[in-house]
Amino acid sequence: MRWAVFPVLLLLAACGSEGWYVVDPTLPAGRSNLWFMISGFWYTILLSATALAMAVPGALLIALCGLSSNRWLQRIYRAYVELIRAIPLLVLILWVYYGLPDLDIRIALFWSGVVALAIGESAFLAEVFRGGIQSVPRGQIEAAKAISLGYTDTMRYVILPQAIRRILPALGNQFIYVVKMSALVSIIGAPELTRKANELIVTEYRALEIYSVLALEYLVLVLVLSAGVRWLERRMGADERKA
Amino acid sequence: MQPIIHVKGLDKRFGEFQALKDVSLDVSAGEKIVVCGPSGSGKSTLIRCINRLESHDAGEIIVDGVTLADQTANQVRREVGMVFQQFNLFPHLTVLRNLTLGPMRARGLSADKAEARAMEYLTRVKIPEQAKKLPTQLSGGQQQRVAIARALCMEPKIMLFDEPTSALDPEMIAEVLDVMAELADSGMTMIVVTHEMGFAKRVADRMVFMDKGEIVETAPPEQFFSAPLTERCQTFLNQILGH
Repeated sequence: MRWAVFPVLLLLAACGSEGWYVVDPTLPAGRSNLWFMISGFWYTILLSATALAMAVPGALLIALCGLSSNRWLQRIYRAYVELIRAIPLLVLILWVYYGLPDLDIRIALFWSGVVALAIGESAFLAEVFRGGIQSVPRGQIEAAKAISLGYTDTMRYVILPQAIRRILPALGNQFIYVVKMSALVSIIGAPELTRKANELIVTEYRALEIYSVLALEYLVLVLVLSAGVRWLERRMGADERKA
Repeated sequence: MQPIIHVKGLDKRFGEFQALKDVSLDVSAGEKIVVCGPSGSGKSTLIRCINRLESHDAGEIIVDGVTLADQTANQVRREVGMVFQQFNLFPHLTVLRNLTLGPMRARGLSADKAEARAMEYLTRVKIPEQAKKLPTQLSGGQQQRVAIARALCMEPKIMLFDEPTSALDPEMIAEVLDVMAELADSGMTMIVVTHEMGFAKRVADRMVFMDKGEIVETAPPEQFFSAPLTERCQTFLNQILGH
């Protein structure tokens, strides 16, 4: 039902505007503009997916450091999380792309976006993982130890499957957050959805219509992602009832 | 004969609280020890030290010729099975998988061999038909029997029981105690923390009474129940047998 709100808003907006021709799929110019905007999809998807593919395992490792009994690892964890969480993602992107070259570290446009998104995200994900792992009752670790499982096996077969099931809704939030925040990478010129929209506005001067389509594009991405997470929840929840 | 478990001068502190004070206990192979005492007396802490779920602060523990330390914990745990008050089954895994995980990961058994062994022990605890179910689909008594089978699948030389019937509804206690009594008859070395005095009289070779972190009295059951030496032990027995 929530879906319906958006098209209605668009329609309302449309009433007040004459400019819908710029994205009217029945007109050749509108069609080519739409294609231009849609062509940003793959970049946004690839950018977000690569960033997440790096951030998820990275955050898990960071969380395991935070849960270690080694006080130095715990301190490093705390410092990392507090530092990274405090930096606005936009600042992180600018820092990686414009700042690092001063240290002779030059990262290509795409990878700058990926690295900034992944690092910014890893701190939040690490906290989610830490919370999830800590929520698994101590008895589970003891039972695993009692059958002489080592640390890796205990994590892999006993703790993480239970932790991940618990944190899936929170993970879903973070995944969506990354997709939306990838819009910020437009600032350094990455040709993703938002950048494409901005480029079109420079020539067409129709901000309301073009940004409305842009918002719709993100809506589609997020809804697909959210459906995927719910599918995962069902799949993992189906074989474990609430204990 | 060399004792299979040798505990000497054991001290354990939790912060300010001294959980164990100069505890010494030798257990020979095949012996059945029942440990009882008021709550907070250190019974659970003692058996948790024997498979290194707790580390001790002073004294020594030698299990099957191996001196317990962080480095040898896993080696000792392979020979020592443990059954917990709260069962601590892995809720996301089927009964069968709960049983095969340890043998496959810690003992390096093939899946076929591990499953055959699991079914053998499930039959011994009289619930082979529950193999494909999840722990939460079983009754408390069945879950605890699965937990016993899970420990036995590691083919330990020693079994530790930490109040195995305390979390059970009264009508399920007997089925678990029966399984334990059969195990005792098979010659297993057992240390059982329990308040089930009927079971103790039937199975124990020696009773150990603990209070305030110390072993106060050790005696064969006939003597222990008829003529306890210390007043503390007498008071305790009156309290739990008196109703």
